[in-house]
Amino acid sequence: MKNMRGFMHAVCAVILVAALAAVPGCGKKTELILATTTSTQDSGLLDVLLPEFQKKTGIMVKTIAVGSGQAMAMGERGEADVLLVHSPDAEKKFMEGGFGSSYKLVMHNDFIMVGPADDPAKLKGEKSSIEAFKKLAASGAMFMSRGDKSGTHSKELKLWKDAKIDPEKQKWYQSTSLGMGDTLKVASEKKAYTLADRGTYLALKKNLGLEILVEGDEALKNIYHVISINAGKFPKVNKDGAEKFVDFIVSKEVQETIGKFGVDKYGSPLFFPDALKK
Amino acid sequence: MDLILEGVQKAFALIVSLDSEVMEVVLLTLQISGSATFISLFLGMSTGTVIALNDFRGKRFVVSIINTGMGLPPVVVGLFVAILLWRSGPLGFLGILYTPVAMVIAQAIIATPIIAGITLAAMQNLPDKLRLQILALGATRAQMVRLLMKEARLPLLAAVMAGFGGVVSEIGASIMVGGNIKGYTRVLTTATVGETGRGNFDTAIALGIILLVLAFIINYFLTSVQQRERN
Amino acid sequence: MTHKPLLELRGLVVRRGAATVLDLDELALREGEIMALIGPNGAGKTTLLHSILGLIPVDRGSILFKGESIAEYAYRHLYRRRFAMVFQEPLLFSSSVYGNIVSGLKIRGISRNEVKKRAAEEMRRFAISHLADRQSRALSGGEAQRTSLARAFAVRPEVLLLDEPFASLDAITRESITRDLERAIRETGTSVIIATHDRDEALRLADRISVMQGGKIIQTGPPAQVMERPASEFVAGFVGTETILAGEVKTLLNGTFTVMVQGFEVELAGEACRGEYVTFCVKPESIVISRNSRGSMSARNRFRGRVTRITALRPYTRVHLDCGFPLTAWITPHSVREMNIAEGDSVEASFKATAVHVIRRGARRDS
Repeated sequence: MKNMRGFMHAVCAVILVAALAAVPGCGKKTELILATTTSTQDSGLLDVLLPEFQKKTGIMVKTIAVGSGQAMAMGERGEADVLLVHSPDAEKKFMEGGFGSSYKLVMHNDFIMVGPADDPAKLKGEKSSIEAFKKLAASGAMFMSRGDKSGTHSKELKLWKDAKIDPEKQKWYQSTSLGMGDTLKVASEKKAYTLADRGTYLALKKNLGLEILVEGDEALKNIYHVISINAGKFPKVNKDGAEKFVDFIVSKEVQETIGKFGVDKYGSPLFFPDALKK
Repeated sequence: MDLILEGVQKAFALIVSLDSEVMEVVLLTLQISGSATFISLFLGMSTGTVIALNDFRGKRFVVSIINTGMGLPPVVVGLFVAILLWRSGPLGFLGILYTPVAMVIAQAIIATPIIAGITLAAMQNLPDKLRLQILALGATRAQMVRLLMKEARLPLLAAVMAGFGGVVSEIGASIMVGGNIKGYTRVLTTATVGETGRGNFDTAIALGIILLVLAFIINYFLTSVQQRERN
Repeated sequence: MTHKPLLELRGLVVRRGAATVLDLDELALREGEIMALIGPNGAGKTTLLHSILGLIPVDRGSILFKGESIAEYAYRHLYRRRFAMVFQEPLLFSSSVYGNIVSGLKIRGISRNEVKKRAAEEMRRFAISHLADRQSRALSGGEAQRTSLARAFAVRPEVLLLDEPFASLDAITRESITRDLERAIRETGTSVIIATHDRDEALRLADRISVMQGGKIIQTGPPAQVMERPASEFVAGFVGTETILAGEVKTLLNGTFTVMVQGFEVELAGEACRGEYVTFCVKPESIVISRNSRGSMSARNRFRGRVTRITALRPYTRVHLDCGFPLTAWITPHSVREMNIAEGDSVEASFKATAVHVIRRGARRDS
């Protein structure tokens, strides 16, 4: 038992040192909370951009990857400093509510409709997303919705609305309440259709039994904006850091990086930079 | 099936090569869950011991609360801690949401009742008369508590392991108050979920295997101590 | 042996809820004395020992150790460190025999060399040196209780409290441990209070016996006195006076009187009033059994009876008789063989008037 006690002391000491090391300076100005969508996080884009930003400014970005809806809810409470989201209608309301300060276009990727290879609803080749949704509803083939108030989800709801279909409570319409990757996997397992962002689909493609059926429609564009939170409303917000991040992400250099991201891995870019177009 | 085999293969490669990203996650996990367990050890053991050794009004009620606390859903803990730590919350001024500190706090809240509950049971399982015998040997109160803890050392060790096991494998609270920030609050469980979401199944499997190995090491250590005690 | 008491209890009252579990007028232990507390379960023996050590709260009264009250000690553990206590269960720690024996010394912060020396000494005294490294859970009941005793002696207590230490041991083990304990007490000159419900143990070890019943001490005195002159029927029964009879005083003689017991006249030595009801005990070892009447015997009380049961009770054999009233005799196994008596045989029992102890009802005799 004596060896045992020595060992326990050693363990305690190690844990204590580790605990102290784990406690960082809770510096306010050197941290920035970025609330963003799972798609930017899961694509790996942020893993490329954020170290660059930290190197430049010394600010550590804490990314909280949630749906666009939750990201904006965080912004509305001042729990985040900057948002990178893709839900234009909700963004408009957000800005009107005075929660945001800077609001800039960053990039876009596009949504695609994916489904099983045998394509029971015969969507392949359809150019219009709205027509595709109508066909889908008519065929009764299963559709997986994110159902999580994410940007993708709100885009999907908008498409249903434009197609004048109320999918709720339909037998073929199911909701996962999961992220994009998980929803794709569920759809693949259940041989269902779903609406996905191209980046996530490409990243997961090799493990999915799903094919791209509808793409290229203007209505399927997924536009990302960066919003810095209004520091006048929430004094705890890191205004300085947020503005630096906005400037950073729309800078020429970063926009070029975005345009190249994913080419080496998937053969095509996942995001298309838009900030310098206008 | 291919996916799993491929994943396992790649996972081993990542582990054997001490992949820096994987190691970072492992180290953070040990730091955060270790600190949380360490804090719970003090809080849980002292609470459990005090309750076990004293008779007071409402003891039954307190014991029931602790036993309920042993099964606290981590997500609920995460939610409450997050609400408290929001910038707009009562403890917002601390500015520790989405930091390892917040995770340590949440995990300590999860582990403390587990350790307290097992400590309580272990101390109550000792024969009543042992307390009298220890006092009769001339022990001070502090010496008595120390000797009783020494007598209950095996279940107490189990309490520590259960506490650590509970927090190292939980995800709900960690992701809510930590945010799964790479290199900062990304631990084995949150990283496993994250990597799965990104389609990096090999990394996810590697992290899963490490979590299993960690659990195995803990249990092996526990069991070997128990066996040695028995012989 | 000095006459100044080492430990003095006065007016001690302990209540548990509404019940009074201990109510003592006075009890004193002299230095070097061995006192046995005997009484049935629930008589308050354990409660008394616990209150001496300050392990339970006392409702009233005082406990003085060398004239100093427990209450005067700033720290109770400092008071307790002058004592040692052994319980019915060995209550060993889950460590080695050595680890257990030194536990009291470690608590006292005694130097390493002294600890080793004392442990070796006590292990030798209780014949457990060969078990030093054995884990406590691997010990037999006897070995465990020896370890517990060694642990108690190691702290060199001024008073040793023993609470039925041998109650859960088999007879052979008990005998050998009792012998070692007796020697240990003699060698160290320790003052002892031992609670027991084993009369033989008390007789063997004690200088003085206190009989407890219902939280009270009902008789205190040297063993021979308590045995031969029990203060009440209860004491008589408990100390093992086998035959207790009662009857009305019939005739008064010079120094003796006769009592009618279920139609038989028994002659007793002592004082009594006519018509008084008395209880008396016939000492079993004083009863003589013979196959035929032996006129030469000086015994006044002779009764013919039938042997109802014969049981061995080392070193005697116990013979139960039915003489119209029950009578129990202790005779040597040798006599049993010589007379060749068996259950159902008719024999004559005789005893002297002086072989009887009379308990006058209502009278209470403390010594």
